[in-house]
Amino acid sequence: MTTVLIAIAALLALAAVFGAALGFASEKFKVEGDPIVDQIDALLPQTQCGQCGHPGCRPYAEAIAEGEEHNRCPPGGETTVEALADLLGREVLPLDDDGAEDAGEDRVAFIREDECIGCTKCIQACPVDAIVGAAKQMHTVIADECTGCDLCVEPCPVDCIDMLPRATTLATWSWDRPAGIGRRPEERIEVVNL
Amino acid sequence: MSLINAPSPHTRERTDTGAVMRRVILATLPGLAVLVWQFGAGVLFNVLWAAAVALAAEALFLRARGKPVGFYLRDGSALVTAVLLGLALPPTAPWWLTLIGVAFAIVVAKQLYGGLGMNPFNPAMVGYVLLLISFPVAMTQWIAPGQAPTLADSLALFLGQTPADAFSGATPLDTFRTWAGDAGALAEHGILQGVLAGRGWQWVNLAFLIGGLYLLARRVIGWHIPVAFLAGLGVPALIAHQIDAARFAGPLFHLFSGGAMLGAFFIATDPVSAATSRLGRFVQALLIGVLIWVIRTFGGYPDAVAFAVLLLNLAAPFIDYYTRPRAYGHKGARS
Amino acid sequence: MFGLFGKARPPAPVFDFPGGVHPPQHKGRSNGTPIQPGPLPAQLVLPLNMHLGAPAKPCVAEGDRVLKGEKIAEPVGAVSAALHAPTSGTVVAIGPRPIQHPSGMDALCIVMEPDGEDRWIERRPVADPAALGPDGLVALLREAGVAGLGGAGFPTAVKVTLGDQQRVEQLIINAVECEPYITADDRLMRERADEIAGGIRLLQYLLNPQHTLIGIEDNKPEAIAAMRAACAGSDMEVRVVPTKYPSGGEKQLIQLLTGKEVPSGALPAQCGVVCQNVGTAWAIKRAVHDGEPLIRRVTTVTGDAVARPGNYETLLGTPVRDLLRHAGVDGERLGRLVMGGPMMGFTLHDPAVPVVKTSNCLIAATLEELPEPPPEQACIRCGACAESCPASLLPQQLYWYAKSDDFERAQRHDLMDCIECGACAYVCPSHIPLVQYYRYAKGEIRHQAAEQLKADRARERFEARQARLEKEREEKEARRRARLEANRQKQAAAPAGDDRRLADLKKAVGKASSAYKAAVKAAKTAEAQETDNAAELRARADQLKAEADRLKAELRDAKAGAPAAGAPVPAPTDLLADLKKAVGEASGAYKAAVKAAKAAEAEGTDNAHDLRAKADTLKAEADRLKAELRDAKAANPGAVVKLAPTGKAQDNAPATGDATTSAPEADPEAAAKRQKRLKALKTAYNMAHKQYKEAHAALERTERDAGDDDRERLDALAAKVDKLKAKADHCRDALNALVEEAKADIRAHTGKDLKTLKLEAARAETALRQKADELARLRDTADADTLETLDGELRALDEEAQVARRALKQAVQEQGLVEDDQ
Ligand code: SF4
Ligand code: SF4
Ligand code: SF4
Ligand code: SF4
Repeated sequence: MTTVLIAIAALLALAAVFGAALGFASEKFKVEGDPIVDQIDALLPQTQCGQCGHPGCRPYAEAIAEGEEHNRCPPGGETTVEALADLLGREVLPLDDDGAEDAGEDRVAFIREDECIGCTKCIQACPVDAIVGAAKQMHTVIADECTGCDLCVEPCPVDCIDMLPRATTLATWSWDRPAGIGRRPEERIEVVNL
Repeated sequence: MSLINAPSPHTRERTDTGAVMRRVILATLPGLAVLVWQFGAGVLFNVLWAAAVALAAEALFLRARGKPVGFYLRDGSALVTAVLLGLALPPTAPWWLTLIGVAFAIVVAKQLYGGLGMNPFNPAMVGYVLLLISFPVAMTQWIAPGQAPTLADSLALFLGQTPADAFSGATPLDTFRTWAGDAGALAEHGILQGVLAGRGWQWVNLAFLIGGLYLLARRVIGWHIPVAFLAGLGVPALIAHQIDAARFAGPLFHLFSGGAMLGAFFIATDPVSAATSRLGRFVQALLIGVLIWVIRTFGGYPDAVAFAVLLLNLAAPFIDYYTRPRAYGHKGARS
Repeated sequence: MFGLFGKARPPAPVFDFPGGVHPPQHKGRSNGTPIQPGPLPAQLVLPLNMHLGAPAKPCVAEGDRVLKGEKIAEPVGAVSAALHAPTSGTVVAIGPRPIQHPSGMDALCIVMEPDGEDRWIERRPVADPAALGPDGLVALLREAGVAGLGGAGFPTAVKVTLGDQQRVEQLIINAVECEPYITADDRLMRERADEIAGGIRLLQYLLNPQHTLIGIEDNKPEAIAAMRAACAGSDMEVRVVPTKYPSGGEKQLIQLLTGKEVPSGALPAQCGVVCQNVGTAWAIKRAVHDGEPLIRRVTTVTGDAVARPGNYETLLGTPVRDLLRHAGVDGERLGRLVMGGPMMGFTLHDPAVPVVKTSNCLIAATLEELPEPPPEQACIRCGACAESCPASLLPQQLYWYAKSDDFERAQRHDLMDCIECGACAYVCPSHIPLVQYYRYAKGEIRHQAAEQLKADRARERFEARQARLEKEREEKEARRRARLEANRQKQAAAPAGDDRRLADLKKAVGKASSAYKAAVKAAKTAEAQETDNAAELRARADQLKAEADRLKAELRDAKAGAPAAGAPVPAPTDLLADLKKAVGEASGAYKAAVKAAKAAEAEGTDNAHDLRAKADTLKAEADRLKAELRDAKAANPGAVVKLAPTGKAQDNAPATGDATTSAPEADPEAAAKRQKRLKALKTAYNMAHKQYKEAHAALERTERDAGDDDRERLDALAAKVDKLKAKADHCRDALNALVEEAKADIRAHTGKDLKTLKLEAARAETALRQKADELARLRDTADADTLETLDGELRALDEEAQVARRALKQAVQEQGLVEDDQ
């Protein structure tokens, strides 16, 4: 009987000691992380397009932190969903993009300048101030700043804004992923007049 | 005119995985010959049957996984697994034993993990251990060396029938285990009195050593694994033997008994399930050797190559983590 | 003890690096003959980015005649190099051409046609470089376009410019040429060792190193001898390194000669080493001592498919095709065309690609020589790659991570330290294109980093914009408040009781009318979507409207009852404004109803009739209101005029004082009449036009089908068509005239054209929306006072928007007509 009691007492004592130690450690070595909203916001693509149903990425980050689904950002694509799932310890959900085919595609707005009437509506719509121009003067998009959010297309009264795929340049080109096991890493090119 | 558009490098060494595997199989031939000489044609039946089963199982599974069958079969890895397992099985093994072991090795230990290159464990050893645990009696029946049964008897054994004569006999490792500590009894057992080590088995191991040296010479394997393996086995044996020769067998006995050489040159060197870096492989093989000695000396099984290899396969990621080479331009290893 | 596993170190002076491979050399084929002059092609194509860094900027135009050595493109920015005409001739084009890039993309090139005279521009050799000083010398190198001839083409001027704190311990001249096939440097050293030594001396002058080491692989005994002879008696030291690929890699050579490792991510200069290619040293000498800019280089042309392999002194810009023909290429046997060495070069997609500053070799290989790569097999983790990696990486792990897109782990396994030497892929028994995997992964990593950067910038800009908008809002509010305050003080004289009552009433009216508006909107949406409760909503809206009207009436009465109480002006004004608003609303509602009805009719839905009826009622209501408004105006002739000067009025309806809207309203009858006529005309025209079209079509059909005997009928038809056309034209003319008239009217009244009106409307509406949002947001939090202010503001804005919208609508309607007509 006594042995049992001693055993229990010892266990309790151990539990108490370790518990205290753990508690102390967790206080002492607490990881001072960014607030979760900032962390989420850092993962969102900052396209500020509102396709998630929020006026910008940060509001969506706040909503996610409060429990909204983390798969509503089409510009971010699957990668963002995965990263968010990873951060939040949630499941990886299929992207909620209404089956849009160009989700995740990198696009840039282009104003056909001779058609622009200078109404400034696109300037007001652009969340990142990527359009320059003054009233009644032709407007133009700073391609480097444009996030491809589409928001300027709708308000344009003369429909002179197109969303174009961002072209690959020598600077942004990179090698394709090899075709994989069982394939030859080569192709044939026809060469004329040599 | 059409030109090739391919990424660099545009030239490559004329090696290929299939050739590597073929060399490995070639290198097992001396060992196979000696085994047949000592224990009869049963070994040959095992190997051939195992090869057939392995190819069939692999082809079936590749087809089921929707992979190009011919392309993958050509890498020869299934054949190597089958040959190694066939060599490790006792010559008295009936056909179904081999069938189960090989099928399990190919299907579960290899294909279910994603096929060649993805299996964390050495498939041949997984098959072997499965059989050892499931059919301990059938797996530990060996023939006394030099008393090879006739071809007919071997065939009968292979087909699962009991031939007229009984052929079972203890291996040197068994014998030593049974009589360890009793110097007199040990001296009485002729099987322990070979030139190098136990009778019969010493030649088997010698043959595998020769095959292994061929692999080393052809640079199919590096020296790190076999050397570390043999050192890990031999050094503790040497030390212990110095302390108590009656209780602990000598290093030569250990090195030339059981599956020591087969393990050192053919099994532990399986690159897929080994550690990654040279240092890692050295450490891993060393530990395999030590573990074999420990199990042989203190454990419940007479031989331990399979267990030791599998255990350290398990430890490979861990070993890799601590033995990552320091990359150029970096200070100290990081993870 | 672990030295066993990495490197065994023979004693200095040459260290070793881990890994490496020994591919067959194939050098004997091209190093036996002296350097020969290259061809003079029909066209030279000079890419503006021959070097690493920013592309040069052309300083010639199409059609310009240039002399040999004349500068044709300027360096742009710090890391860039100039470009010169390799011979005399004419610039025929500046445009995109295929260039030396594995992507196969085009880039901007200057294309020139040689005139065959090869006339030099005046050269200015520098006899005494020391007189120029280091800065002058660096500037000269930059102007001469000297860039690394060995590897990536890094502009030499940048490489020899040291930071203030930097000391160069070792200057390393890379003469290793470890790639198989290439012998350009080998021949250069054998034949021009003295010039190279001259170039090295210039480098020594610029860098002032403690040691100068020339690293040459031991498979070039003649070159070693030549260099030893040229360096005899100087402080340059030729060091022979064992033949092993990639000992010519910059980092590996540094390790070989000094035992130092360049820290990951750093430049060699940061550990006191500067590395230059022998070819570059030669180019430096030519640039300084002979005044020759970099316009030619020695290129090895080799491979089984050329008849005369060897080294050719090629003009930059010479298309590969011309060079190959010059060396006697056999097009039939050619299987692979590689620019650079077989280990790190890239296959060319087009023989029009030109030879550039970095093109050290051209391999025209047959299929037997460089066969097709076999298919990739599974990695068996054999470790051969790890043993051959000169950077001590674990290529099989990197491959695994790259393949599974696990870029983070790839980076943690030092993917970025891979020099893409290809040793791993060279030995891989499974024929895995490892280097391509690494390039792919590196590209993705860079891409992701760029995306991240962009996202950060977008976030910043977004936040800045938000802040700016916020500030603007605040400022506006501050102004509002100030004005409100002023009004309060003005009204302070008025009897408190009445004032309070008035204010309360006004607030009530505001609330009621905004509730009404919300309801209308809801109803409209509902109708548009044809939901069931549309009718219900509409009813509710009507109810609310009645309520609002009642309140308005009360307000009017109250105001009328207190004219003497200090606010005599607002009463009629407010009345007018209210009425106007009501008119606007009513007509808006009417129009919406008409639209809904039309839509319904078009789709043939059941409730079209109802909708139409409703529209009619609404119309009646609107007409009634309009009449009321007219009466009110008649009764208050001075109101409109009086409006502007009073502060109060401006507050409640700022735009009312504007001629924009009051003017067209001033003659509603005329407007209405015109509108009616317009409509009638439009219908007539449409009809006529349609008939004409139909008749025309019929005519054509008949013409096609009918024979001669139908002549008469055809003629009749034609006549009919003409008549109809005339009718349609007439209608259109009348219509146009009317529209013009209407437009002129608008302009006369408003002084603005359509676009401006549209803009104003849009602005007003945006402001309104924002205010409404703000109000909604603040409803729960802000105190009553703020709310009241906001409410007031909202109403004012609403008014403004209303007015602008109406003006626009008027105008747009006219425009709509015009648009329909065309
Ligand atoms: S959907 Fe658009 S606004 Fe929403 S988080 Fe994604 S990028 Fe940002
Ligand atoms: S320019 Fe248009 S597409 Fe680009 S960020 Fe601005 S609103 Fe979006
Ligand atoms: S050489 Fe090829 S097969 Fe061997 S480990 Fe490296 S990548 Fe895998
Ligand atoms: S290509 Fe990269 S990983 Fe491969 S051997 Fe060279 S440095 Fe190592």
